[in-house]
Amino acid sequence: MTSVPMTQSSAADRDAHDGPYLQVEDLKVTFPTQDGPVTAVQGLTYSVEKGKTLGIVGESGSGKSVSSMAVMGLHDAKSAQISGSIRVGGTEVVGLSESKMRDLRGNSMAMIFQDALAALHPFYKIGGQLEEAYLVHHSSASKRDARRKAIEMLDRVGIPQPDRRVDDFPHQFSGGMRQRAMIAMGLINDPSLLIADEPTTALDVTVQAQILDLLQDLQREFNSAVIIITHDLGVIAEMADDVLVMYAGRCVEYGTTKQILTAPEMPYTWGLLSSIPDVSASTDARLIPIPGNPPSLLRPPSGCSFHPRCVHSDKVPGDLCSTQLPELLPASSGTAHLKRCHLADPVGVYQSEVLPEIAPELVDELSEETR
Amino acid sequence: MTQDPNARSEIEPTEVGANAAETGERRLTEEHSPETPDTYGSHEIGIEDLDFATLAEQGHTATELDPDAPAVLTVDNLKMYFPVKSSGVVRRTIGHVQAVDGISFEVPKGGSLGLVGESGCGKSTTGRLITRLYKPTGGSMMFDGQDLAKLSSREMKPLRRDVQMIFQDPYTSLNPRHTVGSIVGAPLEVHDIVPKNQVLKRVQELLEVVGLNPEHYNRYPNEFSGGQRQRIGIARALTLNPKVLVADEPVSALDVSIQAQVVNLLQDIQAEFDVAFLFIAHDLAIVRHFCPEVAVMYLGKIVEIGDRETIYGKPHHPYTQALLSAVPDVKQAAVGGRRERIRLEGDVPSPINPPSGCRFRTRCQFAQEICAKVEPPLLQIGKRHKVACHFAGELGSHPATPITTELLGVDDQGSPVPGATPTNTQHTIPGYEKTWYDLRTKQTTGV
Repeated sequence: MTSVPMTQSSAADRDAHDGPYLQVEDLKVTFPTQDGPVTAVQGLTYSVEKGKTLGIVGESGSGKSVSSMAVMGLHDAKSAQISGSIRVGGTEVVGLSESKMRDLRGNSMAMIFQDALAALHPFYKIGGQLEEAYLVHHSSASKRDARRKAIEMLDRVGIPQPDRRVDDFPHQFSGGMRQRAMIAMGLINDPSLLIADEPTTALDVTVQAQILDLLQDLQREFNSAVIIITHDLGVIAEMADDVLVMYAGRCVEYGTTKQILTAPEMPYTWGLLSSIPDVSASTDARLIPIPGNPPSLLRPPSGCSFHPRCVHSDKVPGDLCSTQLPELLPASSGTAHLKRCHLADPVGVYQSEVLPEIAPELVDELSEETR
Repeated sequence: MTQDPNARSEIEPTEVGANAAETGERRLTEEHSPETPDTYGSHEIGIEDLDFATLAEQGHTATELDPDAPAVLTVDNLKMYFPVKSSGVVRRTIGHVQAVDGISFEVPKGGSLGLVGESGCGKSTTGRLITRLYKPTGGSMMFDGQDLAKLSSREMKPLRRDVQMIFQDPYTSLNPRHTVGSIVGAPLEVHDIVPKNQVLKRVQELLEVVGLNPEHYNRYPNEFSGGQRQRIGIARALTLNPKVLVADEPVSALDVSIQAQVVNLLQDIQAEFDVAFLFIAHDLAIVRHFCPEVAVMYLGKIVEIGDRETIYGKPHHPYTQALLSAVPDVKQAAVGGRRERIRLEGDVPSPINPPSGCRFRTRCQFAQEICAKVEPPLLQIGKRHKVACHFAGELGSHPATPITTELLGVDDQGSPVPGATPTNTQHTIPGYEKTWYDLRTKQTTGV
């Protein structure tokens, strides 16, 4: 709550540009470590329009959180080397001064985190923390206005008796309520971009459903661009419009949710789909793990970074997989669908080999369709 | 789980005092050396050897139910109340957290029972009761002709061999200052099963079983990844050839791609050693894959129990239905948008002062007066299906009047009918009866 230079960027200002609200181009994030530089994200390009949701999936260490923290400008400028371009509402964020970044952060873009108990300050009342977020970006507002706004937001995210709960401490809230309070804090300044980093991973399914409903309602109401980072493909299927699959710091597949989850063309995405059981799948479906572990980014594998774990690289002639990094090229199902793989006939392999093992019931449907 | 013996690394066992820098350096160089199939360098064992067909072969389909398997563990009316103390100098007991309140079930020999529910419903407490990490307040747990609930710690010791536990968090459940060898070998020494000079051999066998390199017995847990640590935890649980394994959220702390490896390993172990599993998890999809039988818990009670097809296909309890409808479904991608779901409002009530009658009534859309007055019995309504609800029915066809009135001797509002003879008590047997109450005919039927 220090003296932040106030530039009350109005909604009109923020909308005064064309194209997607968030545009990330050729992003690269490198951290120097004792053992050498670690390139956590490289060559990442994506965009999110207002009112749309992008899902980012990948294992831990695949760079999904690092890339979105770069968007929020949360990396320490002294240690992280960021190159490429991130444009939020037309403003270039990479290289922006910390004071300018502060104006954007919490105002035009906000982030909600996985662990709400760790993200909320245990020593301050929920209301106080919400008011602070509001006052920082509304210097002319009085404390009473801020409190009214805090109560209004708590009510909006479905906390019962918000006028009384506003004076509670985080530990007095249940897990689901804490997550709601954090969402309220993120949305108190009507940001146009909301990044949700594993927003429901620590929650029970029933609470998860409530939070996802809430996020969708709020998105519709505020018409914001949303990025959901998760490893739960079910959440992706129900929430996202587009999906970005990340592996070892790179985008390996990008497309609409339907393209990625029903006709994936990259063996890593197949692996993700086959390693999670589905509540409604046939019991004849096999659970097929991805062998091995995610690679160390200190010494990333040569060529395609997935090749050491890929069980389909025998279908690629020669040692292309281990020597040459595949380009992110349009897949067969359309230009909006991009994949990074050398496989010549991924659709054929998926339908004839993978699908019969992981979803036998879908194969019957497919053959009926072709008939 | 096999590996090329020539591919093992030639690393000498570490000294206990090896400093951190050395360890770190060694780990870096090893990351790409050919070792177990589970390390970063798995490609070195030859990707040619591992094509998709072989990999798929190793993957398992869902475990099948053996309806005739005898029960290895019979839990009857198990209760665990934790006292709540007042603050101040004299700490009087002012209430009880009814964490587990009268649950009954059977775990079949070599089979698995899944326990699902929201956090705070008592599923983990149940696991800890069965392993006797807590002494139950009431009820019995029959295992091998003995009641685990009544035994003293001394009498319990020989039986601890047979009931072992796999913990959720592989990062906190292994002592960071002990080598893998001493962690896995400790049970052998505690129970004095094999002579000291044989311990190492047995440890190496076990490491091989769980897919780790047996040469790694001298390493510390920090040198392994999350999935490998969980394998160490599994090896430790297997050391004494248990008959029952309590797996408390065994995969929820692991990465998605690693979860499947561990689930497949557990299925291999079950098939190989004929171990019965009590599988506790909140991930309904994993439970569906691993357990042919599932019990759904809410606030310390089992509200529905049955085989997989019934629980997931045609659940009769409103809570089970809500729980299942809340699970995000990957198949939704083909349709787009969200599924229609049953919204559960609010949070789970406090187990210190649970609602009267049916504990779910405060969040249930079908709740009526009877639900607050009379607790619904866990009624068997199918060959392998029990449900505790006055208005039990498939989704969309819940009956308008309570199904339990005749059995309990009450009217539709739950007030006792004078002169009625209740046929069903609150207590049900742990297993399944030959006959059950048919919802359609409202009569007791059999096979």
